[in-house]
Order: sequence, then structure tokens, then C-alpha cells
Amino acid sequence: MADTTAHLEAHATGHDLASHMHEPTGWRRWLFSTNHKDIGIMYLVFAIVAGIIGGLLSGVMRLELQEPGVQIFHGLAAMVYGLDGGSAAALDAGKHMYNVFTTAHALIMVFFVVMPATMGGFANYFAPLMIGAPDTAFPRINNIAFWLLPPAFILLLMSLFFEGTGPGALGFGGGWTVYPPLSTMGHPGPAMDFAILSLHVAGISSILGAINLITTIFNMRAPGMTLHKMPLFAWSVLVTGFLLLLALPVLAGAITMLLTDRNFGTAFFKPAEGGDPILFQHLFWFFGHPEVYIMILPGFGIISHIVSTFSRKPIFGYMAMAYAMVAIGFVGFVVWAHHMYTTGLSLDVQRYFVAATMVIAVPTGVKIFSWIATMWGGSITFKSPMLWAIGFIFLFTVGGVTGVVLANAGADRALHDTYYVVAHFHYVLSLGAVFSIFAGWYYWYPKIFGWLYNETLAKLHFWVMFVGVNLIFFPQHFLGLAGMPRRYIDYPDAFGFFNRISSVGYYITFAAMLIFFYATWEASRKKRPAGDNPWGDGATTLEWTLSSPPPFHQFTTLPRIDSSNAH
Amino acid sequence: MTLHFLRKIGVVSAAALALAPALATAQEEAGYAAGHPLPGQFHLQRSVTPIMDSITAFHDGILMWTISFIVVLVLALLVWIMIRYNAKRNPVPAAFTHNTLVEIVWTVLPIVVLIIIAIPSFGVLSDQLTTPDGERKYLGANIFSFGEVEVPAPELTVKATGQQWYWDYEYVDQGLAFTQLLLPETSGDGNDRPTLKPNQPRLLAVDNELVVPVDTTVRLQVTADPMGVIHAFALPSFGVKIDAVPGRLNETWFNSRETGIFYGQCSELCGKDHAFMPIAIRVVEKEEFAAFMAAYEGGDYAAANATLAAVQ
Repeated sequence: MADTTAHLEAHATGHDLASHMHEPTGWRRWLFSTNHKDIGIMYLVFAIVAGIIGGLLSGVMRLELQEPGVQIFHGLAAMVYGLDGGSAAALDAGKHMYNVFTTAHALIMVFFVVMPATMGGFANYFAPLMIGAPDTAFPRINNIAFWLLPPAFILLLMSLFFEGTGPGALGFGGGWTVYPPLSTMGHPGPAMDFAILSLHVAGISSILGAINLITTIFNMRAPGMTLHKMPLFAWSVLVTGFLLLLALPVLAGAITMLLTDRNFGTAFFKPAEGGDPILFQHLFWFFGHPEVYIMILPGFGIISHIVSTFSRKPIFGYMAMAYAMVAIGFVGFVVWAHHMYTTGLSLDVQRYFVAATMVIAVPTGVKIFSWIATMWGGSITFKSPMLWAIGFIFLFTVGGVTGVVLANAGADRALHDTYYVVAHFHYVLSLGAVFSIFAGWYYWYPKIFGWLYNETLAKLHFWVMFVGVNLIFFPQHFLGLAGMPRRYIDYPDAFGFFNRISSVGYYITFAAMLIFFYATWEASRKKRPAGDNPWGDGATTLEWTLSSPPPFHQFTTLPRIDSSNAH
Repeated sequence: MTLHFLRKIGVVSAAALALAPALATAQEEAGYAAGHPLPGQFHLQRSVTPIMDSITAFHDGILMWTISFIVVLVLALLVWIMIRYNAKRNPVPAAFTHNTLVEIVWTVLPIVVLIIIAIPSFGVLSDQLTTPDGERKYLGANIFSFGEVEVPAPELTVKATGQQWYWDYEYVDQGLAFTQLLLPETSGDGNDRPTLKPNQPRLLAVDNELVVPVDTTVRLQVTADPMGVIHAFALPSFGVKIDAVPGRLNETWFNSRETGIFYGQCSELCGKDHAFMPIAIRVVEKEEFAAFMAAYEGGDYAAANATLAAVQ
């Protein structure tokens, strides 16, 4: 042991540092990458590409829902299948295609956009930097974790082009929840098998990534950085890592049972042979509910740093903030059946899940109020990351309180599976998680790429997107209250008004995304040097002590953390 | 300047809050007797059962007030912070990181609020899941009571079976069954004659409504074709939503105090025609129902339906 240490030290201080630190170039740098920063960038690029596809899918859906009646999907189906646009066959194929679009939109956004962006991109890039580590614990696992994602994504996209319910209906249209029997007997074609395989591969990727990040955070913190001095983003990644590690295997088990039910004659979920379709829902939501916290917790971490940086004030209630995330993660595992209030659960079971679910509001409230308290008394500059962060806090609050409404099984009776639910989870995800991703993007873009973006464009992006997404999703609360069910290609004419507003909101959001791409392109063209720390003395975490972008291998001499520069 | 601005916001939002129920009432007065959503509707559908009364009171009352207050509070704090603590007005930031009292308050206060919400929440839930025995009292609109609405024990049992993509019904004790299909917009015979009457909303109107008597507790059993997929039986005006699961017999109940046709839609994704399998329940006077049943004894739904006034 002593020998090894001496050997390592000789290496670190010794002669041929340069040959150890050679930077691979060209395609080797990316394909063979074991560098957490390069892998982080690949995750971010991957998320953006997947996000374009997922976003366009929802655009077609909003185009369809803009007016009552089936508007475009029969035409789309006619083009794809070579049918007569006015025929009944085209209409049927179009209805199925709409379901395929909703399903693909959800799966892509969850597994290939939000998770890769937060736990893949930002966590990989910044968790090691923030804890003062030279890289992650398992760099090669990191490589395979990323490179499993593109095949998973390709499998999912392939599933769109294989038979779903029949020869004239390609793709799986049973929703991201893949409830049997719709996902077994309801979709006999291979499309569902491709989707299952895709989720398996994506799940392995996430589990490997989680193992790597947990180990890194536990073992590779710089000297003096105890867990209780660790930046909150690292905390959020640690908690999310455990959620992934515990939740994803349950999903893997559930969809494996689906696979064997479909192909090998088992009957886990087949009622006619003694199985139970509701069993799948329990398994799915035991994964599915922690999954929503997997998507939002890293965002919590990002927002904490941004709020602190631009208020030039340390985070308020650091310990409460860290343990609120731990509490949310823990309670998130024991509330799953609030997604199943209408399945026929007994009164006592529903009572328990109501009570447990409402508990989550408490640590979530602590987070919201602590962010506000962090800003209170601060000296706030409203740079674009701060706009996104403040936008996040407000929108997440709106999404949070409708969650409290839905937590009550008694009220959920009226709102379950309506657009109210759609509005709720888009407020916490599309407006919550995605706003935190953009906040992180504008906060760390100068660090990752070394360039400054155009601040005016970034702010314009925020304002246009803020108006757009609210216009999409706020009216959906009204639709839900009035009773419009989810996953409907066509609706009674009474729902037309708010659907039209919602669609207009999409076009505005689309324009916002164009601004985003232009701003990113402009920044990469102009190459305005960012400097080590463009945000001033409010930015106290370790990544700002490094150059922008940081050297290929950082912290060849580990930083020492004393009590004065904690979090 | 800023104070003036804030006051203005306050006035506008207070006006908006005060206006919301007024708007809702206005919408109801505009001929809102129908059991279906109205154009631009932004609130729950009108209640005709004690269960929906309690859901409406719970949602529109304590829940809406609580969540509106929280959102307005957070928004107000954010606006205040942006005005008061921007770098121009507050060039030197404070350095505090803790305040035990405040932290205790914002932990304990939400717990208290949640407990206050939980009390009616459990009551509303228990009512929904307890089939009346004639003695139990139900909350109705007064969700903070111990129950003051009397509901008789069920006198009729109806079974709804979800199919891909329509509903089958059975009057269980009478052994009479029929199928309910979406009424298409136009006749399918190539003439494209409109089939919907003025009061029959598109995508909601059906060929054969489920006929039940008014002021009568109906036990509703819900399931799906054992070889089919999951559906959900929803009827907003009744406060009913329950999954139709193959191999399971779920049970709920309703007791409508009004006659009329009430519409709902399938509420669990079930495949391509998920949006095209509505639910329609026609509530009629007890005497009308007796006549309907007498005519239905032979199993001819059309003949039985002919005893009722034609849908306009």
C-alpha cells in the first residue's frame, strides 16, 4: 500500500507528466473518451438532438389539437402508408399514429432528453469539478454508459417503423407507461419489443452512470470536503444516483415480464391465465414516481448555485436544502400508487397514499422558501441564468401546488387522466426540469466552451419561452377541470377554445427554441473569451477556479477545502 | 413608484379573483343544464350527485384557496425581492445563512395546512368508496361536516364492460344487456347526412344511452372484456371515474338528483379509438324508468327507448 502511494506520488510529481496526460484527438477523443468533461459534452449534444425530435413530435400533436376534428394525422398516415387520405383506413392509421407520437414524445423527453442532460451532461461535467476530483471513479464505465444511449435511442426510433397493432399501424401507441394488456395483447407486432429493448439499454446506461457518480462523490472528494461541505449540486446528483440505482432495476424487471408475457408464454399480467394487469402498474410506478424526482432533483441543485451566485450570497439553510433532497428522494419511493387511484384500490390503501404523498409538499416547500431566503438581502444581478432560475422557482411552484391537489384521491377522482394532469406534470417537467436545464446551460456555457453568449439573445430566449410554455400549459388546467381526457386525438367542440390557445403557445415556444439555437450558434461563431469566472465573486464553487474550458485533466494538485470556502 | 405599481397589481389580481366565481355563475346561467362541457369552460362540470358536490366543494373551496394563496405568496416574494434586493438598490449583500425560527415556521406551517386539507380529503374519499347502506350520512357540499346528506341503499345494479372501442351494459338483476356506440357525425352510407341532433354534442352522443331512474342509488360495476385492454369509466357530473380492468370487477355508485343526459368519456388509453368511446347516462323520472323497464323485458332496447321522449 505504501509502495503504491509512493509510486503514485512519483507519477504525479514526476518526469513524464505530459505523456500521461496526452489528449486524444479527432474521433478517438470522443468515441474512446474516458474524460468526464468530454463525455458530459456528448451527453448534452445527445440531449439536444433528442430534444429536437421529441419537441417536433409534440408540435405535430399541437397542430392536430388546434381545432376539433382529426386535422392532419389521417393525411400523415396516408403519406406514410400510401393510402388515400380520405379513406377510413387512413383515418384509422392516423389515430394510431397519434398515440405513437404521444408515446414517443414522452419516452424521448424522459429517457433521452432530461435524464441525459441533467444526470448525463451536467452531472458528469460538474460533479467532479465541484468536489475537486480529477475525473470520475470509473472513466471507462462512464464511456460505455454514454455510448449505450445512442443505440437505445436508435432502437426506440426503429420501433416507430415496425408493426405495432397490425400491418397498417406501425409503432407502439400504448403510452410511456406501457400498461398491459395494451402493451401485450394490444400490440402484437415487434414495435413494442423494440421499445422494451430500448428501455433496457437506456436503463443499463443510467444504472452504470449512477454507480459511477455515486462512487465518485463518495470516494473522490478533495481533502477537507466533507459531505456536509459538498456543493448542493453534488448532493442532488448523489441523491439522484441512488434513486436511479434503486428504481431502474424495478422497471427492468417489469418490462422483462412484459417481454416474456409477449413472447414466451408467461402470464404475469394476463388475467385470463391468472395474471394481473394491475401488478404491472405497481411495478411501473414504483419506478415511475422516483423517476420524476430523478428528472427534477439535479435541477434543484443547479438552481441553488445560480440563485446564490447572482444574489452574491451564500445558500440559505444549506443543511436543510441537502436533507430536503434526501427526504424527497426517500419519500418518493413510498407514494407510487397515487398514480393509480382509479384502479380500484381499497379505501385504506388510498388513504395511506394520500397522506404519504402530501408529506412530499413539506421538503419541497423548504426548498422553495430557502431559495427565496437565499435571494433575500442579496445584491441581485439579473443575468440570463438568474432569469431562468427565478422562472423555474415560480413555475415549479405552480406545478407543485397542482400536485398537492392531485395528491388527494378525492379530488383526483375528477381530474385523473384529464388534461389537468398533463398541465401539472408539464409544469414540473417541461417548465421545471427544462427551465433548470436552460438555467444550467446559460450558467455553465462559458465554463464548458470558454465563450460568452450574447446576453440579450439569452434573455430574449427566456422571455419568449416563458410566455410560450405558459400559454401552452396553463389553459390545459381548464381543459382538465372541464373534463377533457388525456391522449385524445379529437375532442368535443367545447374544448376547442383552450386547445387553440395551447397550440399558439407551442408556436411561440418554437420561436424561442429558434432563438436558442441561433444564440448558441452565434456564441460559437464569435468566440468571445469568457475568462475563468464571468459571474464575479458570487460564484464560489470550485469549477470557477479553473480556466474556461477547464484543462483536459484538472486538479493535478488536489484543492484543499477549509471551513472558509465550503459550499 | 414601485409601491404604486405593486398596489396596482394587487387591485387587478383582487378583481380577477372576485370575478372568477362570477364568471362561472354567468356561464352556468347561460343555459348550463346540459351534462356536458360548454365552450370555453374553465371549471369542473356541474354536479348532480352528492359525491360530485363534495368534490366540487373540496376543489373549488379549500384546495383552490390554498394553492392560489401559495402561488400568489411566492410570486409576491419574488417580485419584492427583485425590486428591493437588486444590485442597484442593495449593492452590498447580506451574509446570513440561517434563521432557525423562519425555518421552523416554513416547515411547521405547511404541515398544519396539509392536515387541514387532509380532514375533508379523507371524508370526500371515504364517501366515494363506500356504497350507501341507507344509514350512512354523506358529506355533500358541506365537506367540513360529519355527514348530513342521506343516500338510500342501491336499488339497481348496472354493469359496464369496456370493449375496444365501445361500452357494453347490463342491468344485472334483470339480465338485460345492450351495446352503446358513438353516434357518428354523418351517416356512413355515402350520403353524409348529419346524424347528430342539435342537442347531441359531437363525440359525446351515443346511440343507446344507459337509462337509470332519478333520486335512486345505482350500484355500478365496471370491468373490461377479459381478453381486451384497460379502459376507464368516467362521468364528470357524477364524480365517477373508475378503471375497467380485464379480470377485475370494480364497483362504485351514484345517485343523480336531476334528470337529463350526462356524458363522459373513456379515461384510460385503450388504443386507436380511445377518443371515440363516450359514455352517456340518461336519468329519467322513476315512473318513466318503470315504463322503460316494462317495455325492455323482452330484450328489445329500441322498443324500450321508444317509451321515452325523443332526444332533441
